[in-house]
Amino acid sequence: MPDRRLGSQLAPHVHGWLLLLPAVALLAAFTYFPAVAALWSSLHSTPKGARPARFVGLDQYAAMVDDPVFWQSLWNNVLFALGTVPLSVAIALLMALWVNGRIRGRTALRMAYFTPTMLPMIAVANIWLFFYTPGYGLIDQVLGLFGLPDTNWLGSPATALPALMVVTVWKEAGFFMIFYLAALQAMPPSLREAAMLEGAGRWCIFRRVTLPLLMPTTLFVLVNAVINAFRTVDLVVVMTRGGPDNATALLLYHIYEVGFRYWDTGYAAALTTVLVVILVVLAIGQFVYLDRKVHYR
Amino acid sequence: MNGSFPDRLVALLENTGAWLLGLLWVLPLLFAVWTAFHPAAFAVRFDLAAPLTLENFVQAWAAAPFPRYLLNSFLLVTSILAGQLVLCTLAAYAFARFEFRGRNVAFLLVLVQLMIMPDALVVENYRTMHAFGLIDSVAAMALPYMASAFGIFLLRQTFKTVPRELDDAARVEGAGTLGILWRVYVPLARPVYVAYGLVSISYHWNNFLWPLIVTNSVTTRPLTVGLAVFSSTDQGVDWSVITAATLMTAAPLLIAFLLFQRQFVQSFMRAGIK
Repeated sequence: MPDRRLGSQLAPHVHGWLLLLPAVALLAAFTYFPAVAALWSSLHSTPKGARPARFVGLDQYAAMVDDPVFWQSLWNNVLFALGTVPLSVAIALLMALWVNGRIRGRTALRMAYFTPTMLPMIAVANIWLFFYTPGYGLIDQVLGLFGLPDTNWLGSPATALPALMVVTVWKEAGFFMIFYLAALQAMPPSLREAAMLEGAGRWCIFRRVTLPLLMPTTLFVLVNAVINAFRTVDLVVVMTRGGPDNATALLLYHIYEVGFRYWDTGYAAALTTVLVVILVVLAIGQFVYLDRKVHYR
Repeated sequence: MNGSFPDRLVALLENTGAWLLGLLWVLPLLFAVWTAFHPAAFAVRFDLAAPLTLENFVQAWAAAPFPRYLLNSFLLVTSILAGQLVLCTLAAYAFARFEFRGRNVAFLLVLVQLMIMPDALVVENYRTMHAFGLIDSVAAMALPYMASAFGIFLLRQTFKTVPRELDDAARVEGAGTLGILWRVYVPLARPVYVAYGLVSISYHWNNFLWPLIVTNSVTTRPLTVGLAVFSSTDQGVDWSVITAATLMTAAPLLIAFLLFQRQFVQSFMRAGIK
């Protein structure tokens, strides 16, 4: 029965693709198609009223080069990443070491560190907005005790972005702690014990044994933290709306404003393309790292 | 505890540092609780004799349709999770156990979504939803997140560890492809489902940008968007009421977390380790 044999040869292919079909359909509709569509619309003008979109080549990108808000939001994003990523990863590592060690009340501490992760960014933004209120908010009240003057933390260009960075570090560190904690708990205790028998001090063990073994985790967390930095938007929407004077405009917020406040979809598509390119570059970095991790195992 | 003096000093410093950091980390939340449960006059005055009140919650509850928002959030989170569980299970099974043509390419393509997450594509996805007439619906909020690369990856890793003999045994008993999946793989992956479920619920309960963009009415808005609308339209900024509303928004997840703290942390660890 040749038909039957052909059937059993085809079966795994057919079954495999049928099982995959629903997920692939949705991925195609909401990830691949929009990514390609963004590139396509970025080469066209924004349709206005009866005037349909027409091909404009790279005009949108030329406009982007001349758009000071784009450059500022890109720069802000770089600053934001530089300001939040190393700090939150370092604090996360410290938290994980403490919670994994012999500190008293580990469970309670672990919970304290992790709690901000469970809060909606929007709730976090509201709470911190209150802290930052000039004169009335908690921060100015505390500083007032030391005779320091009131500061409009979110209202002045010099402090607004750092103020958002503080909130982000507070929110994210506990989340990254989890990855370190998982890695620390998976680490065989024999390594530490061997180092202790050799008479190595705690600092030496940390630097020579623990830290190198945590390297894959650190890379993973770093990449994720950078990606997170480039998709930060909730805080900006609630706390500053990109102000003052675009001091806190981040890339995704700029896309949101151009796309949904000015409805300039062609230009928003060009900005989206740039963001996707940035994310892809970061992704390639991660693939290279994943590759290395596979060889390492 | 019989270490030398410097050792004990270091331990003391570490304990102090760890607890100071912990205090710093819960302080904002404690402060929010203080503000929400006291009259506005005591919002930033820490007087232990200050009267406790639920007035702020009553006001917030009356000022905006929070019960409806709560229901919307619940519907959103459950429909996303239900979709994710079904789609990711099927796809993960395919990747873990079927040798089909184009499998590796397909897997790489799925992983692309880990990097280019739906958040980055809001402008184009809005256009798609608009074209399908889905704006302002739960479907519009949920569809882009249902085929989760993270879920597929996590379940694939788990399914790969299932011994093939169990497969064969079920097949001998006459189970089909889906029967094997349902009777062998799904029960064995239960802890991973719990872990993934908790991570997904936390993420989508708190998600903001995409729901903000595709909703424009009380009947679809989830809590996060409802809270943002509430706190931005409030004329005289009454922080006590806003803080009460903020706590109400965070409460369901936060209470669940405080009660099942260990499960949550272990779920996040399990999901992160893969």
